[in-house]
Amino acid sequence: MTKQYVSWGRYPYKQQKGFDFSWRNQELPENTNFLPQGNARSYGDSCMNQGGVVVSSRKLNRFIHYDQKLGLIRCEAGVTLSQILELVEPHGWFLHVTPGTKFVTVGGALANDVHGKNHHVAGTFGCYVTQFEIMRSDGSRMLCSPSENADYFSATIGGLGLTGFVVWVELTLKKVENSAVNVENIKYNSLSEFFTLSEDSEEDYEYTVAWVDCLAKGEQAGRGHFSRANHAKNQVKPSRPKMTLSVPIDPPLSLINSLTLKAFNSLYYNRQREERAYSTVHYDPFFYPLDGIKNWNRVYGPKGFLQFQCVVSPENSEAAIREILERISAANRGSFLAVLKVFGDVPSPGLLSFPRPGATLALDFPYQGNKTLELLDQLDDVVCQANGAIYPAKDAHMSGSHFKQYYPKIEEFKQFIDPAITSSFWTRVMEEK
Amino acid sequence: MKNWLILGATSAIAEEVMRLWAGRGYKLFLVARNQDKMDMIKADLSVRGASQVETYILDANETTKHVSLLEEADKRLGHIDGVFIAHGTLPDQKACEKSYDVAYQEIHTNALSVISLLTEVANRFEARGHGDIAVISSVAGDRGRQSNYVYGAAKALLSSFLQGLRNRLVKSNVHVLTIKPGFVDTPMTAEFDKGALWASTEQVAQGIVSAVDKQRNEVYLPGFWWAIMFIIKHVPEFIFKKLSM
Repeated sequence: MTKQYVSWGRYPYKQQKGFDFSWRNQELPENTNFLPQGNARSYGDSCMNQGGVVVSSRKLNRFIHYDQKLGLIRCEAGVTLSQILELVEPHGWFLHVTPGTKFVTVGGALANDVHGKNHHVAGTFGCYVTQFEIMRSDGSRMLCSPSENADYFSATIGGLGLTGFVVWVELTLKKVENSAVNVENIKYNSLSEFFTLSEDSEEDYEYTVAWVDCLAKGEQAGRGHFSRANHAKNQVKPSRPKMTLSVPIDPPLSLINSLTLKAFNSLYYNRQREERAYSTVHYDPFFYPLDGIKNWNRVYGPKGFLQFQCVVSPENSEAAIREILERISAANRGSFLAVLKVFGDVPSPGLLSFPRPGATLALDFPYQGNKTLELLDQLDDVVCQANGAIYPAKDAHMSGSHFKQYYPKIEEFKQFIDPAITSSFWTRVMEEK
Repeated sequence: MKNWLILGATSAIAEEVMRLWAGRGYKLFLVARNQDKMDMIKADLSVRGASQVETYILDANETTKHVSLLEEADKRLGHIDGVFIAHGTLPDQKACEKSYDVAYQEIHTNALSVISLLTEVANRFEARGHGDIAVISSVAGDRGRQSNYVYGAAKALLSSFLQGLRNRLVKSNVHVLTIKPGFVDTPMTAEFDKGALWASTEQVAQGIVSAVDKQRNEVYLPGFWWAIMFIIKHVPEFIFKKLSM
């Protein structure tokens, strides 16, 4: 039973009891510490509660109200972004902000104030939340909006579930003409090229992101594919690819190792012959490429994997990203999927929101014991010196003292924490000096 | 367009089935004991596209009220095309062993209340010459086992009743579907450790909707339960009686 409550990275593997919160009017578990949990798509330990209870919203997934004219939707916390898109996209509505998987719940998206490829123009998920209700462990319920309980509103957005159990959320939707996106894919050769492309694309492209070949060295370090896109305006209807792939079993060891990594990175970089390629595709493969492979986290084997996502301040973005890539390359670790993007300056609404101006890099590493953790320590140091931050939703390792430096509003945040709520992540970063 | 009457409408499987029907614009008449829960489900089904959602409080064990229930459903929806029965309980086997009253109550809830309602429904559909009847039975009804034979006996009674009803109504163009789910992850089974054999309510709901569409007679959900039950049914009794199942 406990298996389904484990985080996406499956490292660290924590044991906890599940408690299904299935009806809006029900009560929270009594006389125990607990942590609200959505679909457990956070990678590390921020959605886990070792030795305690997780209050799962997986079955709290009803719509409450949908204003098709205004593009406003209110739903229970366990509704996934996928379920919202299924409902609203045929009516010409879309999510203002979506992360790289649609299998997260709105409660989880709120608690991590998630971001997407349009951060430079749109800001975070929380920017489009109009109101929500939280339930505290004393049984009280609180309606939070920018005008009502505004302090709890900004503490709960990005608040890692610690301020109360989110019961329902209301958010505004964005108008689109159809389900297609026009994508331009540009093969580039160096990190400085990435930053030029990024700057040049900021104004005319709503979505920008790059995949980085993190095994490339020297002059070529940071080379990759830059993709920029806009929702299609023309009357096109690309067909939606069917989900056909799945990793049905747990391989006995990680399929991601230095050999497969090298082959993959090199093949992937060279998959496109031309410098530029244009396509019009359904939103699914563009926004959610990995959702097409069910249980892809299993490729990392039983030991699981760690994600690492940082942001480094605009002043030293290029140097810091270069150093991170060099360290990874020197450690001969490499990452299967390295994603690079420049955040914009739209303020994040949460006290503990991760997105801030600068360049953000996301990587994943199979867990290979201390070698992996030592590399992450090094990267954590680089981020700290570059005046950056690490994303709790993807973290299982950052140091507590760094965390406190990355998130200067922690002291202000603490007063909103529910006394009965805790998480493995929170315990770790608070205990650690 | 179809109009469905649903008993046990707040059960996890029924809710998922209704979501799929709501997406098709069906009219739904929900029957359950808890009004608050039905109201939450009603709002959800309306958002998902149901063209009409009605709610009605009733404990299915109150068999004397079944006729008025059907009249009310006919009145509010115009007419009913189908009846989906999803209510039920998972008895405490040990309590049933100690007390006939407990065992009787469980059999009443899981089988007799359904038979009462279907007696009325069958006569109406037969006279009208069309209709769909879909009932959740269980793999537990395929063979009695020491761990839950009171539940199993109730479901066996139900399955046999449905077989006969199907045989009787086929000539009246009334379709009867017996649904036999295996282990499903619902609040009814919250206390169990979930292994590889467990299915989600979404999976089972899709199976039910598709079985109704295809006018199947009997479905195991997920389908692999047919094979498991085939083996279980064919173990000779002199061996079976010694197994701890």
